[in-house]
Amino acid sequence: MTLESLIPLLVILPLAGFAVTALIGRRLGKQAHWIPVLVIFGAWAIAMALAFQVLTGAAPLLEGSEEAHGYALHWFTWIPAGDFVVEVGFVVDSLTACLLIVVTTIGLLVHIYSVGYMSHDPGYWRFFAYLNLFMFSMLLLVLADSWLVVFVAWELVGLCSYLLIGFWYRKRSAALAAKKAFIVNRVGDIGFALGIMAIWVNTGAVGEATLNIRESIHTMLEAGDANPIPLFATALLVFAGAMGKSAQFPLHVWLPDAMEGPTPVSALIHAATMVNAGVYLVARSNELFASAPDAMVVVAAIGIFTAILAATIAMTQTDIKRVLAYSTLSQLGYMFAALGVGAFTAAIFHLMTHGFFKGLLFLGSGSVIHAVHEEQDMRRMGGLAEKIPITYATMFIGSIAISGIPPLAGFFSKDEILGEAFKFGFYWVWGIGLFVAFLTAFYMFRLMGMTFWGTFRGPRELWDRIHESPRVMTVPLILLAIPSIFLGLVLGLPFGDSTLHHWLEPVFHHSTEELLQLPHEPYALFGIDGILILASVTVAAVGVALAWRLFGADLGALRLPARPERVREISSRPGLAFLYRASLNKWWFDELYHLLFIVIGGRIAAAMWWFDREVVDGTVNDVGRATVGAGRGLRRVQTGRVQNYALGIALGLIVMAGSYLILVGNPR
Amino acid sequence: MTLAAFPILSLVTFLPLVGALVVAILPSTLTRQVALGFALATWVVSLFLLIGYLPGRLGTQFLYVEVYDWIPAFGIQYKLGVDGLSAALVVLTTTLTWISILASWNPIQTRIKEYMISFLVLEVGMIGVFLALDMFLFYIFWEIVLVPMYLIIGIWGGANRIYATIKFVLYTLVGSLLMLVAILATAFAYQAANGGSWAGAFDFETLRTFAGGGGFSSALQVGAFLAFFLAFAIKVPMFPFHTWLPDAHTEAPTAGSVILAAIMLKLGAYGLIRFAVPLFPDAALTFAPVVIVLSLIAIIYGAIVALVQPDLKRLVAFSSVSHMGFVTLGLFVFTEQGVQGAILQMINHGLITGGLFLLVGVIYERTHDRTIAKMGGLAARMPVWAAVFGFFVFASGGLPGLSGFVGEFLTLVGTFDVSPLAATVAAFVMVLAAGYLLYMYGRIVFGEVSEFIASLGDHLADMTPIEILTLVPLATLIVVFGLQPRLLLDLVQGTVRETLGAAATGTPLPVEPNVVLIAVGIVVLAVIARIAFALRPGRSEPAGTVAAEGGAH
Repeated sequence: MTLESLIPLLVILPLAGFAVTALIGRRLGKQAHWIPVLVIFGAWAIAMALAFQVLTGAAPLLEGSEEAHGYALHWFTWIPAGDFVVEVGFVVDSLTACLLIVVTTIGLLVHIYSVGYMSHDPGYWRFFAYLNLFMFSMLLLVLADSWLVVFVAWELVGLCSYLLIGFWYRKRSAALAAKKAFIVNRVGDIGFALGIMAIWVNTGAVGEATLNIRESIHTMLEAGDANPIPLFATALLVFAGAMGKSAQFPLHVWLPDAMEGPTPVSALIHAATMVNAGVYLVARSNELFASAPDAMVVVAAIGIFTAILAATIAMTQTDIKRVLAYSTLSQLGYMFAALGVGAFTAAIFHLMTHGFFKGLLFLGSGSVIHAVHEEQDMRRMGGLAEKIPITYATMFIGSIAISGIPPLAGFFSKDEILGEAFKFGFYWVWGIGLFVAFLTAFYMFRLMGMTFWGTFRGPRELWDRIHESPRVMTVPLILLAIPSIFLGLVLGLPFGDSTLHHWLEPVFHHSTEELLQLPHEPYALFGIDGILILASVTVAAVGVALAWRLFGADLGALRLPARPERVREISSRPGLAFLYRASLNKWWFDELYHLLFIVIGGRIAAAMWWFDREVVDGTVNDVGRATVGAGRGLRRVQTGRVQNYALGIALGLIVMAGSYLILVGNPR
Repeated sequence: MTLAAFPILSLVTFLPLVGALVVAILPSTLTRQVALGFALATWVVSLFLLIGYLPGRLGTQFLYVEVYDWIPAFGIQYKLGVDGLSAALVVLTTTLTWISILASWNPIQTRIKEYMISFLVLEVGMIGVFLALDMFLFYIFWEIVLVPMYLIIGIWGGANRIYATIKFVLYTLVGSLLMLVAILATAFAYQAANGGSWAGAFDFETLRTFAGGGGFSSALQVGAFLAFFLAFAIKVPMFPFHTWLPDAHTEAPTAGSVILAAIMLKLGAYGLIRFAVPLFPDAALTFAPVVIVLSLIAIIYGAIVALVQPDLKRLVAFSSVSHMGFVTLGLFVFTEQGVQGAILQMINHGLITGGLFLLVGVIYERTHDRTIAKMGGLAARMPVWAAVFGFFVFASGGLPGLSGFVGEFLTLVGTFDVSPLAATVAAFVMVLAAGYLLYMYGRIVFGEVSEFIASLGDHLADMTPIEILTLVPLATLIVVFGLQPRLLLDLVQGTVRETLGAAATGTPLPVEPNVVLIAVGIVVLAVIARIAFALRPGRSEPAGTVAAEGGAH
């Protein structure tokens, strides 16, 4: 048996786990986690073996490629509709391998963590069933080699997200957040669906109609301007799907609300895996984007705008999970900015490091929330470091990592994004990105200060009952902290010619070398690259220092008190008061959308219903009434008097005779 | 004896009639069992029709054709035949009939005998429509369908049932009488062209060949097509002929709604595919843009109006208008994927919306209410129902992996091929459908248990085994067709080819731009006049509740 034949197991195992748990999970009670955890362990082992083979080049060459190693497997034909043929097949190249590592590793750790986190929940079995369904969908998404199968998985992860955000369905807010997430995602999906149709029509018009991702892109690239639907439009339609799933402006509003779901879900789906699907999609179709440079600029602009928009909001939020949610939006914005400037490898690099440290931060926040008995407001936390030391230490590592302090993982990936943006001439992306790096460091250490340092601001009796989470929760934190520290060193060195570059070279080089023809200069640690590193490390350090000045720090010798009065004073300065309120109110996007779609949209819908009743149906009823009325009128003719009938007969005869004479008199 | 020589079509058509007679004779204590028995027997017989369409025998010809002279003086025959499409629809009919009888087991307690007879006679009419290959015979079956449904809504329906059922019957009748005129007109035209002989004047296959050779004049085509189209468009129902549907659905008993949505609406779509397009290809191509625009309006408008429905059944009814818009859209773009998608959508809509009405019936049976605003928190009280309802809601919303997705997506693909703009407009239903479905689902199933639900106390048992049994076959088929749409695609491949072939023989008639302008002008003026009339001072609008909900937060 070859490794290749194990690929279907990656999706079959979680699906089977879902099916079994859904059917008999209720009876398993507190043991319901065994099957789901074990199947994910199995999937993780297979994924690791596959990734190892592919990334070391031990796997065979992919068909039609001279350098890309990987496995491809055709499974079955799903829809044979004329020349619209949907094949279900899998491909594991180095890009998929990178995603497999992130998805299965974090997936496994979140499954284990949930054993502790959800242990008191009555819906224990249901939670694990949904998690397995999600893993199935997510793995299908990264493995599929057909656009339409990716779309199927795309919708299925959306369904899982809906089910898991609304997991505590009795809470009205959770149910509404779930609905909002699904509907906003569907807006992007319209674009994605139309993009797939455009791709199919294009390939059919200029060659052989296909839905295979690689083949279709090659066919379209060869045809160039001959495609009936321009590549620019096609790329943007696909990007619309990515914007929905990865919550980019203006479709970003669902992700913060998605925090209504249990925290392991926030870590797995809304930080480390599903929200990365959009980044993966653009990276997967990089040649399509690279052949439409204008579309790339749109991607970069939306990405960097989301990055700064979300970072400004994260500055003032007080709900610990919401800060992390806006941080996720912001970091996803970085990834799209990277894709947009052509730094595809940097985007995937950041996807991987972010997956680990943001997963860590979310799971850590879950541990905090658990410790303080479901409190999420950081204003009622503080000084937790001494009570929950493992959570504190691991979250501290995560915070340094995301802030971009060397040598932790986030530094390498973020610096690569900023450096390449600068070198490829996107100075505006670099400039905004640098400012976002400052904001990131600031809001993360604001979070750390408010949560772990200073004195506890919650109720006194709660303080005595705060205790560290069980080992089943802390071990995953520790295991996630390890890659948060070392992943950058492993993948990001040596500078300019890193391991990850070697891995992803076959996937991206056609775009970067030939289509975009990006400048290729040697890496200059003591030249421009060194200066760029210095700049980003400096702003990160300034951000951290500023947060310490305002929200306190408690690091051994370094003890700074929090200064809430200073925060109040700064935030009420004339110039800053507006920005502070805007940040606090998330730039009023929810209010705007409420007005547009609920108030005005609701009015329009109500008006259309009125139109339906009064105009459409009203006309129908009028016709009916008119018929009855006409019948009433004609009834008078039936008088029952013989004279009247005789008159009628006489008149009729005259008319008939007259018309006969006229007709006969004028033949033709 | 081979299957081909056995009058299986007559058997499947009239077995329910025998059942109705038996039910009429036997005492009413046995009514339910006998009716179910005959419905099941008919179902089993109908499954044999599919055998003719096992892989390898995918012809475009009609199978098992039975011909007997009926009124030889006018060439009218008793002629039945089956192809892939009609086989699929007959099996859908027989399946949903026994499900409906099962679903009526407990809810219907009055006049049970008459009720079951009505359902069995209804089945005769529906199967007959799908099998008839003689235009006159088709018309007879078409009208037979009306009578039992008139009774079902009018006797076992809700409070406003008389208004609803009369509206339903009269509306449908107006369309079908014009169709009768058109049938006679085509027969006369054929007879005149055929040297005065009536032979074959009502025979569909003869007429189809005649039409394919350009036999019917342009004027006749336009007139007859419009008459056929009106009859079928009312039945589908297409915008703006849809207003009987919400009323009929709301007032009909559960099983009536199921049959109405799952089968009766398909009669219209079937008529368009089987008769309107092949007999009048030039006219069909000429009017295709109009039909496409009306379909797009139905898709978007139906979904938007569904968003503000306070009544569960009315919401599902408007969703039907939206979903059936895909059928007419896919058919009239005349691409392979479009027609395939349209046919798949017909069958999937039958399965999914049939299921939704059954599930709404389960709630109505317990609460005697369908107001969405009164419900809430049913997940806690009826978890099995909530899970099954969720399944059908997502199936209706076009979740991939379930059957609804394939039909909708293929229709969109086929449309995109012809007009990316039309596909874009139609694709917005993805958001709107998610909107009304999840609004409905979230309101009813999630949240705290509402006061109204809490006040019902113990009446709120979860689904009974019979209720689950009615939904299992539908859910199974939704999953099977979602994962293996090939089963259906292969079955109807012949019909698709036939339809596209017929359309290919047609050429659009020249259209005077002024005529279009005048027609559009008249419509716009009439709409404005009607709006002004509705808004005239001193007239109070009937109070309509608008479901306003803070969904963005």
